[in-house]
Amino acid sequence: MNPGELQAPDIEWSALSPSLIVFTAAVLGVLVEAFVPRRSRYVAEVVLSALALAGAFAAVVVLASGGHATSEAQIAGMGSLAVDGPALFLQGVIVLVGLVSVFLFAERRLEPAAHGAAVDSFAAQPAAVPGGQAEQEAVRAGHTTTEIFPLLLFAVGGMLLFPAANDLLVLFIALEVLSLPLYLLCALARRRRLLSQEAAVKYFLLGAFASAFLLFGIAMLYGYAGSLSYARIGDVVRGEPSALDPGLAGTMGNDALLLIGGAMILVGLLFKVGAVPFHMWTPDVYQGAPTPVTGFMAAATKVAAFGAILRLLYVVLPGLRWDWEPVLWGVAIASMVAGAVIAITQTDVKRLLAYSSIAHAGFILSGVVAVSEDGVSSVLFYLGAYSFVTLGAFAVVTLVRDAGGEATHLSKWAGLGRRSPLLASVFALFLLAFAGIPLTSGFAGKFAVFRAAADAGAMGLVIVGVIASAIAAFFYVRVIVLMFFSEPKAEGPSVVIPSPLTMSVVALAAAVTVVLGVAPQYFLDLASQAGVFVR
Amino acid sequence: MSFPLLTATAVAPALGAVVTAAVPAARRTTAKWLAFGFSLLTLALAAAVVLRFDTAPGADRFQLTESRSWIPDFGVRYELGVDGIGVAMIALTAVLIPFLIGAGWNDADPVEGEAPANRRWRPTQGFFALILMVEAMVILSFAATDVFLFYIFFEAMLIPMYFLIGGFGDRAGEQGEEGQARQRSYAAVKFLLYNLAGGLVMLAAVIGLYVATADQLPEGTFSLQAILEARQSGELDFAADTERWLFLGFFLAFAVKAPLWPLHTWLPNAMGESTAPVAVLITAVVDKVGTFAMLRFCLGMFPEASEWATPVVVGLALVSIIYGALLAIGQRDMKRLIAYASISHFGFIVLGVFAMTSQGHGGATLYMINHGIATAALMLVAGFLIARRGSRLIADYGGVQKTAPVLAGTFLIGGLATLSLPGTGPFVSEFLVLVSAFSRWQAVGIIACTGIVLAALYVLLLYQRTMTGPVKAGLEKLPDLRVREIAVVAPLIVLLVFLGVYPKPLTEILDPAVEHTMSDVDRTDPQPQHDVSEVEAAE
Repeated sequence: MNPGELQAPDIEWSALSPSLIVFTAAVLGVLVEAFVPRRSRYVAEVVLSALALAGAFAAVVVLASGGHATSEAQIAGMGSLAVDGPALFLQGVIVLVGLVSVFLFAERRLEPAAHGAAVDSFAAQPAAVPGGQAEQEAVRAGHTTTEIFPLLLFAVGGMLLFPAANDLLVLFIALEVLSLPLYLLCALARRRRLLSQEAAVKYFLLGAFASAFLLFGIAMLYGYAGSLSYARIGDVVRGEPSALDPGLAGTMGNDALLLIGGAMILVGLLFKVGAVPFHMWTPDVYQGAPTPVTGFMAAATKVAAFGAILRLLYVVLPGLRWDWEPVLWGVAIASMVAGAVIAITQTDVKRLLAYSSIAHAGFILSGVVAVSEDGVSSVLFYLGAYSFVTLGAFAVVTLVRDAGGEATHLSKWAGLGRRSPLLASVFALFLLAFAGIPLTSGFAGKFAVFRAAADAGAMGLVIVGVIASAIAAFFYVRVIVLMFFSEPKAEGPSVVIPSPLTMSVVALAAAVTVVLGVAPQYFLDLASQAGVFVR
Repeated sequence: MSFPLLTATAVAPALGAVVTAAVPAARRTTAKWLAFGFSLLTLALAAAVVLRFDTAPGADRFQLTESRSWIPDFGVRYELGVDGIGVAMIALTAVLIPFLIGAGWNDADPVEGEAPANRRWRPTQGFFALILMVEAMVILSFAATDVFLFYIFFEAMLIPMYFLIGGFGDRAGEQGEEGQARQRSYAAVKFLLYNLAGGLVMLAAVIGLYVATADQLPEGTFSLQAILEARQSGELDFAADTERWLFLGFFLAFAVKAPLWPLHTWLPNAMGESTAPVAVLITAVVDKVGTFAMLRFCLGMFPEASEWATPVVVGLALVSIIYGALLAIGQRDMKRLIAYASISHFGFIVLGVFAMTSQGHGGATLYMINHGIATAALMLVAGFLIARRGSRLIADYGGVQKTAPVLAGTFLIGGLATLSLPGTGPFVSEFLVLVSAFSRWQAVGIIACTGIVLAALYVLLLYQRTMTGPVKAGLEKLPDLRVREIAVVAPLIVLLVFLGVYPKPLTEILDPAVEHTMSDVDRTDPQPQHDVSEVEAAE
């Protein structure tokens, strides 16, 4: 590509419309907080967020059907953002996950009403000290935190940019835009606020650390290539620095900078997907965050971060393949095995799902390592399938409650199958999908990534993956045993009948799980059409 | 396209499962009759499969084929088709299920006087729906000629099976309700993990198969027919190493399912803890998928590797035969005894499969069917007995033949069939397997023969301890078999005797398929070692 063309001052508004819509709505959401009276904020925010995300999804569909995913793929925004197959596919998934999460966030029938006002799972007044005077007053007044919706929208906006970023600075900004609202959201649980705040602090500190790594890596790569643009760095890596800028040719191409910088950027991204050894934050944050936030975070962050990893590895660093491939092999194997093994000992359902997400990060990485179009499309498909199973599973977790709020300790789930057969069956379906049992979406996804890996000659990864799946099956099955074959406890939790919001989320997730398992072809087609990165 | 008969045969029970599960909690009896009706419908469709199957020489190997695109991206097609072995196995499944439903008529009813935890809790509906679900998946795996499709049903059937084992057991027991529930969920988890682990290894092999075929053919395929044809024409020729690894991946999964020593340990737990009909479902129907798949997939696709592995497999089969029989003799629990006896019998089946003679293959497939029926008869009667006394321990019984002569009589016939008494079906098959073993390796044949003696021991000892002698306390008023129970057992016994005396209808269906398998592995039957003319001259 001729660098001169990239200087064109125009912005392709329509090609960038999905993220623009979301950001506009997020800003509007902040204005709603400022100017709309408290009693009507909830409705205004929910409607605004839902419409914005639906609109963004429509924009993605229009762009994709206009060929932007294939023949018309382009680099927009003066070289900063790619509009191509993987970006649009992942943006579609993220927007849908965000839309479904809005429903979970808006659920107000689970908590007992506070003085006549229906409340959600978020803190009445997050700024108040837990247990303090101000908090009690806020609870008594029935206050709710409607700021969660603009925060969600900002996070979604950042996630939309993340896999599309075609410039290292944009990558960093997208990372921060998606992370900061998430740190805040993690701290907002209505119950167990200390745990929730602890989770947020941990996530923030470790996240900031990872961001620093990423930024440092970006600086190194700039030093290496003299550019932040993916395409130009990729060219330099391929070994033609002089063709770009003869004047700078002498200063470019220091391999030490490239290796260290590339590794540091990878560290920052692997932190976000929660791969071993950068997974330490996952269980604590998953457990402490309000469950709707956990569901959103677990599903959407993973999608966005894997998108960014794919683009970085396939567009910027393909020339370095022989260096990063063995590293990612190691990370994938460690994630699969550690995630599956540690999950066995967990006693809290949210922590269990956290470790399971670590194992899944490993499975997805084995598709990333394939370095082929098949690899990309299998990862895309896996991410789509996985995010809905995850959302569904966490949605079910919000429903199982006792007097102290959500009953997340596994011993309390004993006999759930007798009390609420339907809900327990749906949760069992999600667990079986996680375990990769045929006829569920999890199996189709797992098969896709393993086949891509095997095709690329990584049979070793496949065998480790299969063994890890067998180990993982053990703890998924353990939960099913607990739900169906144990006697219900007298003082056990009950399943709260939610509003249609959560019901529709669970139903949708279950439907997606079955459809992607039984008839995945249409979505595999979509993913395989979306398998090519624009350079 | 003609009527998709095989699909219909599988859809009927699946539909039945859905309908049965939807029956309201209070209408238990309706649910039972519905389940029974759907199992009869399946039987009728299976009968149609048998009748439509062409046994004339020169007929197609796979018949009633269906082929539809399913997931082209994975190279997976919805391909069904049956050879004679498949037809026979589908028929066996369809025949047994109505009896199992009849035998388990009251097994899953809620205990009287116990308030349900939830008014929507419907164990009875669930029990029958799950049985029908298993039937659907088993039929599909017998009919699938696409390796991937087979894998899907092979694995998916574990889930309903798992709930059947873990969710339903015998009433009461010495450990009390809670201890039994714990044992049961242990058995269910063990069953699932063993089979899932085996299945996942197979998944790696399935993926490997695709990659290996993609290397040599224009594109990767899972179609059994395509692979067999390509092998015949020499287009496809796996490297020896690849073939062996693939073979091992598949074989391991089938050996867990079959089950072969030393991967058998889940079977006694699973059969001991589940109700009698479910135990029969496991050993007579589900496990047969394992031995069936060895014959169809392992031998068919990897003949050279099969031959390479034969010494080890035959050794394991011999160990299974002897070990299973010895442990059966030592059991105190009636159902576990039958489970170990089954392990011994599976050893015979595997021996027949890997003897690689036409008698061995014919005997092994006959064995699968006869063992299914004989075990069903024995286990169901044992289940009736256990339900009466509330104990599985052999020591709790004695002199039953005085108080319940019909029960004792049917038990004896089921037992005699299990020990392969001449005149019952299993005799024919065991004889064929032994003949084939002798013709290949005399020593193996001799060792396998001791299995027969041991079988006589465990069956007759069981009969002697439970049925003869003085009547044990508490058994004086033991009721004899009811009409429903006789209706379940009598036809099975008739079948056993019929197949023992006149197995021809079955062998007619099986023979062409056996010949095809023999040509897959490229083997001919060994010639007799003594020249016939010499013998005649001596006379």
